[in-house]
Amino acid sequence: MPTIIIDNIPYQVKAGSNLLEACLGVGIDLPYFCWHPALGSVGACRQCAVKVFKDEQDNSGRLVMSCMEAIKDGIRISVQDKGAKAFREQVIEWLMTNHPHDCPVCDEGGSCHLQDMTVMTGHDYRRFKYKKRTYVNQYLGPLVHHEMNRCIQCYRCVRYYRDYAGGHDLNVFGAHNHVYFGREKDGILESPFSGNLAEVCPTGVFTDKTLKQHYTRKWDLTSAPSVCQQCSVGCNILAGERYGQLRNVLNRYHSEVNGYFICDRGRFGYEHVNNVNRIRQPIIRNLTVEAVDETTLLTHLQQVINNRNLIGIGSPRASVESNYSLMHLVGKENYYSGISEDATFIERKIVDILENGGIHTPSLKEIENADAVIVLGEDIWNTAPVMALSVRQSVMKTAAREAMTQISTPAWNDAAVRERVQEDRGYFANLAITESPVDEWSTHTYHSVPDNIARLAFAIASKLRPELPLPEGMPEADLQLAERVAGALENAKHVVVISGSGPGSETLVRAAYNIARAVQEKGKTAGLAFVLPESNSMGAAMMKAPSFDKALQRIRKENNTTVIILENDLYRYNSTTDVDQFLDTCKSIIAIDSLNTLTTGKAHVLVPAATFAESDGTSINYEGRAQHYYQVFMPANPCIKESWKWLWKMKSLMAGSANGQEHHPDEILKQIESSYPQFTGISASAAPADFRIYGQLLPREPHRYSGRTAMLANIGVSEPKPLDDGDSPFTFTMEGYQGLPPAPLIPFYWRPGWNSVQALNKYQQEIGGPLRGGDPGIRLFDRNDKVASWWFNDTPEAFAGRTGKWLLLPQYHVFGSAEMSRWSAALDFLTPQPCISISQQDAAQLGVSEGHMLTIETDKERFSLPVAVRSDLVQGVVLAPAGFQSIPSLAWGTWIKIMA
Amino acid sequence: MERPLTKNIHPGRPPLNLKDYEMTGGYSALRKIMAGMSPKDVQQAVQDSNLKGRGGAGFNTGMKWSFVPMDEKGGPTKYLIANADEMEPGTFKDRLLLEGNPHQLIEGMIIAAYAIQANISYIFLRWAYKAAAKCLEESIHEAYHAGYLGENILGTGYRLEMYLHTGAGRYMCGEETALLNALEGKRAMPRAKPPFPQVSGLFGKPTIVNNVETLCCIPHIINNGAEWFKSLSYSEDGGTKLYGVSGKVNKPGAWELPMGVTMRELIEEYAGGMKNGYQLKGVLPGGASTDFLTVQHLDLKMDFKSVAAAGSRLGTGTMIVMDDATCPVGFVHNLQHFFAQESCGWCTPCREGLPWVEKLLLSLEKGTGTEEDIDLLQQHTQWLGPGNTFCALAPGAMEPLQSALKYFRDDFDRHVKEKKCPYHHNHH
Repeated sequence: MPTIIIDNIPYQVKAGSNLLEACLGVGIDLPYFCWHPALGSVGACRQCAVKVFKDEQDNSGRLVMSCMEAIKDGIRISVQDKGAKAFREQVIEWLMTNHPHDCPVCDEGGSCHLQDMTVMTGHDYRRFKYKKRTYVNQYLGPLVHHEMNRCIQCYRCVRYYRDYAGGHDLNVFGAHNHVYFGREKDGILESPFSGNLAEVCPTGVFTDKTLKQHYTRKWDLTSAPSVCQQCSVGCNILAGERYGQLRNVLNRYHSEVNGYFICDRGRFGYEHVNNVNRIRQPIIRNLTVEAVDETTLLTHLQQVINNRNLIGIGSPRASVESNYSLMHLVGKENYYSGISEDATFIERKIVDILENGGIHTPSLKEIENADAVIVLGEDIWNTAPVMALSVRQSVMKTAAREAMTQISTPAWNDAAVRERVQEDRGYFANLAITESPVDEWSTHTYHSVPDNIARLAFAIASKLRPELPLPEGMPEADLQLAERVAGALENAKHVVVISGSGPGSETLVRAAYNIARAVQEKGKTAGLAFVLPESNSMGAAMMKAPSFDKALQRIRKENNTTVIILENDLYRYNSTTDVDQFLDTCKSIIAIDSLNTLTTGKAHVLVPAATFAESDGTSINYEGRAQHYYQVFMPANPCIKESWKWLWKMKSLMAGSANGQEHHPDEILKQIESSYPQFTGISASAAPADFRIYGQLLPREPHRYSGRTAMLANIGVSEPKPLDDGDSPFTFTMEGYQGLPPAPLIPFYWRPGWNSVQALNKYQQEIGGPLRGGDPGIRLFDRNDKVASWWFNDTPEAFAGRTGKWLLLPQYHVFGSAEMSRWSAALDFLTPQPCISISQQDAAQLGVSEGHMLTIETDKERFSLPVAVRSDLVQGVVLAPAGFQSIPSLAWGTWIKIMA
Repeated sequence: MERPLTKNIHPGRPPLNLKDYEMTGGYSALRKIMAGMSPKDVQQAVQDSNLKGRGGAGFNTGMKWSFVPMDEKGGPTKYLIANADEMEPGTFKDRLLLEGNPHQLIEGMIIAAYAIQANISYIFLRWAYKAAAKCLEESIHEAYHAGYLGENILGTGYRLEMYLHTGAGRYMCGEETALLNALEGKRAMPRAKPPFPQVSGLFGKPTIVNNVETLCCIPHIINNGAEWFKSLSYSEDGGTKLYGVSGKVNKPGAWELPMGVTMRELIEEYAGGMKNGYQLKGVLPGGASTDFLTVQHLDLKMDFKSVAAAGSRLGTGTMIVMDDATCPVGFVHNLQHFFAQESCGWCTPCREGLPWVEKLLLSLEKGTGTEEDIDLLQQHTQWLGPGNTFCALAPGAMEPLQSALKYFRDDFDRHVKEKKCPYHHNHH
């Protein structure tokens, strides 16, 4: 490690970094704006100036921008140099010439990087006595608010939006001191990663518009480390509450998972927590007054649980703790997964491959560092958006690595690297059912039905390893494509194969394995990732419970059955007729859920469940990483409890007592480990409930939290005793341990002088590296390094259209396909109108054009939607929206009828 | 006295066509190198001639070329670009060359391209030079037709394409890296160096950007040799120089003279001295972004080193003369208005500092300025200095201001004391 001398003190710093990263990395406060650890350096703002000295004799030094200066062993610099300090103060004075003095009414106030840097440089009195320039703001849609007058022209927004995230509709216009950052004209930002602008912007130009609806200053939020529940990627988030409402979601850095950015579904999809549709009270149906108190509920539950056939239906969106607690309550033989047999079959195969296939499943960071990525069938843009963002980084980074060696430029010199890279991209093949924005970054694209994609994939595997079967009757064009893809994978060092359960094809899963394994056998680093539908689909699948269909088969033979349905709208995963039949057959239906659904509508007893924000729990992401999330706030109504808490209460009822022993999440996780060997290690993902630092709890509230003595003064003048969840090392107050919390227990970012999210630098081992003490989460598949003996040899038939029938396939939408996010008004607004998509040829044959109503008839369902005619579909295929509220659950890959 | 660059240029007459140019010995330098000079030989000849870049920076041209990787590392694609975006206020020397003898530039470009083995070349032309655009287009066409450009130049197998690109009218595009961005279709913002354009330039490929006058010297160096070129000069910099004088002189104009003539010769002999009733007060020797010199510097040799030693820069060699009836504050305000407007908006000091400077000067002119305002101006000349800003635009803008504060401080103070512009009655 090189040594550099900063203000006469030697420091060991990371080789290959720049002076700014080095200074921040060793804990020196050096102000900056245009540099961002994920975006690199461009030298625009001139804020991070330091002095560099030639040698020990040089006393005057040379002013340089630390972000643009490479580390050299033995280099002498000064941050405290008078000239450097004065220049940094001057830069702030320049920025302030046009910056409005609206901090008190600015959403960024209190978490503003510009405020922090202004204070840091010491600039105070204003010498600029002329008028400020002003701009017109734009409407950018329901997610991001625009206030251009506050802009300090750091160029981060466009560099993030365009260069990093690949967006097109945000740009920089104008010149000199009238530079404008916005869209060509008013309109909704197109990128599903637009919310990150609010964190990337160092001041209040781009702010969270949903927070504005229920605005709270950062220092007034009660926050906890949480995990996004909107897909199987499991991005780490910080969630903040005040007055019993969840107010916002921010990115929580994790170097292996989401890094610095999350998607808009994750950031803005939190409002189901506050929704009027919440189940806030226990309900016993058919009573004169259905809403009951806890005692009445428990008395009633005792009757319907005991002396009945009891079965439990788990959930892919409930925590590991809750699923396990249900299993524990009803017994393994009576516990079902709640999803269809078809989906269970695919997910079981995925888990089997990940547990026993001997192929590493990569983190997002590893995907970013791959030099070749191939996606098979999964529409990652819509089902795992942040994974799509990682694939983009892979193609950019691969091209950058090439450029860096050619011109000897370090990675952080962003503009220089991009200049050299131009339109070069690393290898990425997107083999998918439909077009998607990721196609723009891909080297090869192929759009077809899952069976044809699988055939192509088997062909690629066969090209890589001739012993593997080559599907028969492949068209010449497909064979050539297979050859080219295989060639590109041969040239790569680190290949990642991505597929998933989204297309509803188990064949694709097997084909993906063959490619990854063939690559690995060639001595390359291979990664195999499978996207699953829900936040804890992996955890639920790893329990290997029988499907809903099995529960239905069983219940047909039984009577006097009570079913407990855990956080599951069965209608999302199973056909209407099957669920109707199931629910009609059960004698008693107990639904534990947070929101009213079609399923809870048919339940006899409703038990109000806490949402993720009101819960401690663990979910397991696509890579088998168990991640624990902590309760942000306690619901005002104590009847709203984590599902696992209710289930343990029910367990006590079965034993004849209403007040059983309390179980903390870490204890439940320990029990899971002893019941299921595949979960070994999971208990380490949660901090023990009795974890303390110097005997202290960790505060969920910043020390500047205000209004504690006033906020409940309308109820009583004495300050109430702080709440205590008892399940975690967190307290619901501002008191407690004020030092740096351990990495898994960061409730908000704040360090002295750093009020904005940029305080994150202080929590990292090195800039852009792991959090101090290591990133949280426990990877459960890493224990298996055995290599399976199997290959998959049965390849599917080529797709052939059928007369009068169409193959039904899913169209996912980043906004609309996820169950919970639709309760956020802003995301509901962005959800497209559902439609049925068919090819141009089929439209001509059916005699319909865009917008006509079409009726779809499956074995079990029938519904009508307007038609969309698309050029990327083959004849004989129909796409229906997946996961939409108004549309019944459909069996993808089945043949259906269309009626015009 | 030899005038190799302009001897065949006759203002008022149409430019030399290909035939005329060949009659005057045109394209003989190209034939010479094609007949047996290696790219390295050409580079060496130019380096030996001590030709320094005529765009203003004064860097040895042959040396600049030598930084282009000539091995496989350079890759198959390289570019040669003529910087014809002449936008420095007061400067009109390249226009003379472009409109008078376009083939001289084209031949220089082909030789320069050959020296770095570039296969694609561009002329980045100031948008307002419509006449130059027309004759360049015709001349490029002629050169293609005659086999001086295109696939197989003079049967040697060397290939060079040449394109004329007219800019959109930004001063910034004269800065070579901003020019590259503009040529790529991006915002005309400068790039950080390193990497230098010689390694990663246009579209990320090795690129040389040379000024028009620089390139026009090349054929003559090849034809007559480095020693001859050096002998043209009165100073250690090789060659002749196109000098210009504007302002209240009797005969404003541009002349090709030995490098290193004195300022006095230029103003008194060639420009015919000051107009009746006007005294020389100050001179911007090389365009708007150079420091003022004054009467005391009249005997200064106009070469890169001598002008630098006097605290200014030779720049483009085209001077603006300020007379004693012109308010220095107003004069500098006019310049700062230009620079503030032409700032690209990329770095903070330039984007925010220049408009502030402009406003301060305007308030002085209006009579509302204060002592503190003059202090702020003084501070800005330091804060916007080289290294503090991203490129040389703002430091260049500060040169006339800092030297005006040095030589004409009384005028600034009088604006404050008298609460008006003391020159106001002189404005016509």
